[in-house]
Amino acid sequence: MYEGAVQDLIDELGRLPGVGPKSAQRIAFHLLAADPDEVKRLVDALTEVKNKVRFCERCGNVAQDELCRVCLDPRRSDATICVVEEPKDVVAIERTREFRGRYHVLGGAINPIAGVGPDDLRIAGLMSRLQDGTVTEVILATDPNVEGEATATYLARLLVPMGITVSRLASGLPVGGDLEYADEVTLGRAFEGRRRISA
Amino acid sequence: MRTYRDEGVVLRTHKLGEADRIVTLLTREHGVVRAVAKGVRRTSSKFGARLEPFMHVDLQLHVGRNLDIVTQVEMIGPYARAIVADYAMYTSGTVMLETAERLVDEREASLQQFRLLAGGVRSLAAGEHAPSLVLDSYLLRALAIAGWAPSFSECARCGAPGPHHSFAVALGGSVCLRCRPPGAASPAPETVTLLAALLAGDWEVADASQERHRREASGLVAAYSQFHLERRLRSLPHVERV
Repeated sequence: MYEGAVQDLIDELGRLPGVGPKSAQRIAFHLLAADPDEVKRLVDALTEVKNKVRFCERCGNVAQDELCRVCLDPRRSDATICVVEEPKDVVAIERTREFRGRYHVLGGAINPIAGVGPDDLRIAGLMSRLQDGTVTEVILATDPNVEGEATATYLARLLVPMGITVSRLASGLPVGGDLEYADEVTLGRAFEGRRRISA
Repeated sequence: MRTYRDEGVVLRTHKLGEADRIVTLLTREHGVVRAVAKGVRRTSSKFGARLEPFMHVDLQLHVGRNLDIVTQVEMIGPYARAIVADYAMYTSGTVMLETAERLVDEREASLQQFRLLAGGVRSLAAGEHAPSLVLDSYLLRALAIAGWAPSFSECARCGAPGPHHSFAVALGGSVCLRCRPPGAASPAPETVTLLAALLAGDWEVADASQERHRREASGLVAAYSQFHLERRLRSLPHVERV
């Protein structure tokens, strides 16, 4: 145990995800030895993120104003919505530079054992965005795990009867991997989603 | 380095750190086991989709200080794929997984519970019967193995031969008129027949049952399960009964 303030800092850092007691101690002593300006920048960044950042009223992504950067961008297509679980998934898809539509962040996935059902997600918000007929395709980009797949199944069942094109991100072999190390489920899905190569 | 091999059904997973997961399994020989699957969330993971809930796998584990570590996994039954493609199957299946975790202790082998869950998940994925029937049958049989077998013929209190028309959750099933406590349910005779069939695994009778009797039976099974498990099953309110 250290003296008051140092121990308090270690305890607070140790509550962060992925930071164990040893890491918390290392970060605390790094901050203790750091330049005061550097520490002030960190303090300002933490204060600002809590004060200014909120969730976009339309899509649920992180935003500094009522609407996020993606929802405000007039160059993006309103015809396609990509549905993701978390704001960090928006960043992951944006990195691909393949998608130029809008997003909708559900805020999680259906996980009954954890007590998360459809009513706990931003599904009503998605449905209201589809009412005016502007959106013609919804891409379901929930995680390719059991909870994500079940969420996609649930959403597809709601959306298909509305006459909207519903698609799911493809699953298969990771680029740069070896076929022999792929598990049966992934390899099976890669076969199912194989595409024709035309000469 | 101490390692052991076992067969198990994945009950649930929790994220751990950057790319790991804590996987909870019901195993054949070691009861409920919680183990770390390192790097499983990376696309390049050697475990891939094998450690997802509902998967029936053959594993090798290394004994750790607090949690064991998964070192190898081979697939026995890839049931998750079929189950998540049907929302009613998924919600029913999650109740089965949560119940199994509740009924079996860590490191306490229960071969009967393991066989029942593995068979139940396989049957659910195969779509052999309505998901709600598979769930209700599983719940009744799992509780019976755990020592809370309901009675659907003799009176659960005095043993008077039935059939009886009242059902008292707290007394353990059907009760005669003399033993009937206030507030006991009065299910239709067909519902009691269905419940008995679900407990015995008489699928011919269960599959032929009517929707209204299935609904009534599900309500009684849910009440019976919650009462004996003492804590509420979080997944039960989310079950979609079609």
